[in-house]
Amino acid sequence: MPNYFSPEKETASREQIRAWQDAGLRDCVRRVYDNVPYYRKKMEEAGVAPEDIGGLEDLHKLPFLTKDDLREAYPYGLMARPLTDCVRIQSTSGTTGRRVVAFYTQHDVDLWDECCARAIVAAGGTPDDVVHVSYGYGLFTGGPGLNGGSHKLGSLTLPMSSGNTDRQIQFMTDLGSTILCCTPSYAAYLAESINERGLRDKIHLKAGIFGAEAWTEEMRRDIENALGIKAYDIYGLTEISGPGVAFECSEQSGMHINEDYFIAEVIDPKTGEVLPEGEKGELVFTSFAKEAFPLLRYRTKDICILSRERCSCGRTFVKMTKPLGRSDDMLIVKGVNVFPSQIETVLLNHGYAANYQIIVDRQKNSDSIEVRVEMTPEMFSDELSKITAREKELVAALKSMLGIYANVRLVEPKSIVRSEGKAVRVIDKRNLYQG
Amino acid sequence: MIAHTKGGNTMEYTQQISVFLENRPGTLAELTDVLWKNNIDMRAMCVADAMDFGIARIIVDDVYETMTVLKDAGYVCQITKVLTVEMADEPGGLSKILALLGSAGINLEYTYAFLSRKKDTAYLVLKVAEPEKAEAVLRAEHIRLIGQETLQGIFGD
Ligand SMILES: [Zn+2]
Repeated sequence: MPNYFSPEKETASREQIRAWQDAGLRDCVRRVYDNVPYYRKKMEEAGVAPEDIGGLEDLHKLPFLTKDDLREAYPYGLMARPLTDCVRIQSTSGTTGRRVVAFYTQHDVDLWDECCARAIVAAGGTPDDVVHVSYGYGLFTGGPGLNGGSHKLGSLTLPMSSGNTDRQIQFMTDLGSTILCCTPSYAAYLAESINERGLRDKIHLKAGIFGAEAWTEEMRRDIENALGIKAYDIYGLTEISGPGVAFECSEQSGMHINEDYFIAEVIDPKTGEVLPEGEKGELVFTSFAKEAFPLLRYRTKDICILSRERCSCGRTFVKMTKPLGRSDDMLIVKGVNVFPSQIETVLLNHGYAANYQIIVDRQKNSDSIEVRVEMTPEMFSDELSKITAREKELVAALKSMLGIYANVRLVEPKSIVRSEGKAVRVIDKRNLYQG
Repeated sequence: MIAHTKGGNTMEYTQQISVFLENRPGTLAELTDVLWKNNIDMRAMCVADAMDFGIARIIVDDVYETMTVLKDAGYVCQITKVLTVEMADEPGGLSKILALLGSAGINLEYTYAFLSRKKDTAYLVLKVAEPEKAEAVLRAEHIRLIGQETLQGIFGD
């Protein structure tokens, strides 16, 4: 039986949703124009005024915002409310340049919490659940987001944060955690550790909400089988609020976007042209309901497809596919486009663990790509020839998927670096020599 | 523990531990260090190398304890059934055993030798495709096989 945290919103008619978005957009454009000189200048340069925006049909007239704008306007340049109204700051884990900092009023935090509560309920959560949050806490939005959602729902919240696997497993068994929230790679690692310790029968998990990094359907099946749970995807980004901008329902076929707070568009990343529903392109968000840090037409760089087809769960909110790639994470190796997700698919299809790392290098003007794969007990054999034969098969499969030769290197278990529970998937050494 | 009974004879196997090693400087030293820190004496060791990885094959007294130590240290490892034969440490000792297996049509995957404190005696570890058949052939020639249980004895500890 479907269950909703905000039934009147999540199952509203399309007309009703459109009306909320029209009114919200008009209001937001006015607030931003009046209070954010940075964006007002952009609007003036584009020759558009608040009066020109009557509703969604006019959205395309507004200029885009990108991460570069956020860096440029750092730290206060995009705020639509005075600091005194703000109660929270979160930040992205940007490794280069200035970080992106987002501000929240209490209204903004409540809105975010509500989005996360909807995600937990969609994953089968109730106030009787024990929600085990193993996302990092702090500036990173993962921990605070799911923590807030769990509170809002009234579930018992375990603010574990990431790391200390033994303690994670002990609390999970002793306190009967039922819903696990973390990155998919940390979930896979926890599953592996639980099974290694022979504790699978001692855990009571029924569902997991895993986001903040790309993962494939194969990885979903692996985690579901290893833990005996249903694994749900969740999507969000700090700039727009955090996790919970979109979440998966019982259908597990895409994530419903909380359209009463966010407007989603898909554009051609090259031309900026809005694409019709069903076409693949870059996802763009307008967070019109936010007070402190509303963003108009923010480009996410995530490539996905939107669908308004009826969903069996009864929700009427538009669905987005899992990000199918990044408009900016594509690797070009020997002139060939390589997506890490392609490599992941090959590995999982050949029985290797999802723990891998791609090293791209350039020696004497020639590109090379190496895929490091962690050895697993299942793949190991006392016979060298068996292991090398499997390696050769993998190299051949990679070649046919990518169109180029990729060297495979077997490494010891758990030797691939993880930070905040996120595996570092790609190391492009060629960047070291630029600028 | 590994004494199987077949045809009235007690079959004597050694449980070799095979450990995955990545190809990077110092991996073997790390492995021996883990064993040393846990007071595990290796009776024999041999390393097989492929291009990008290796397999360390080790013989110890307490297989269960060693497997636990290695798994805790994060190694991928498994137990492999091998035969350990005692032979005279004199010219022709090895050839005789290999000839016996060869004439019986038994495929030898790999072999390595080790010594004990017993004078003039060497030990040969054999990994064969058909261990039961190999054992029968060697027994018929009155060649002594060292089972896991008797390993400790030959070192006189
Ligand atoms: Zn649905």
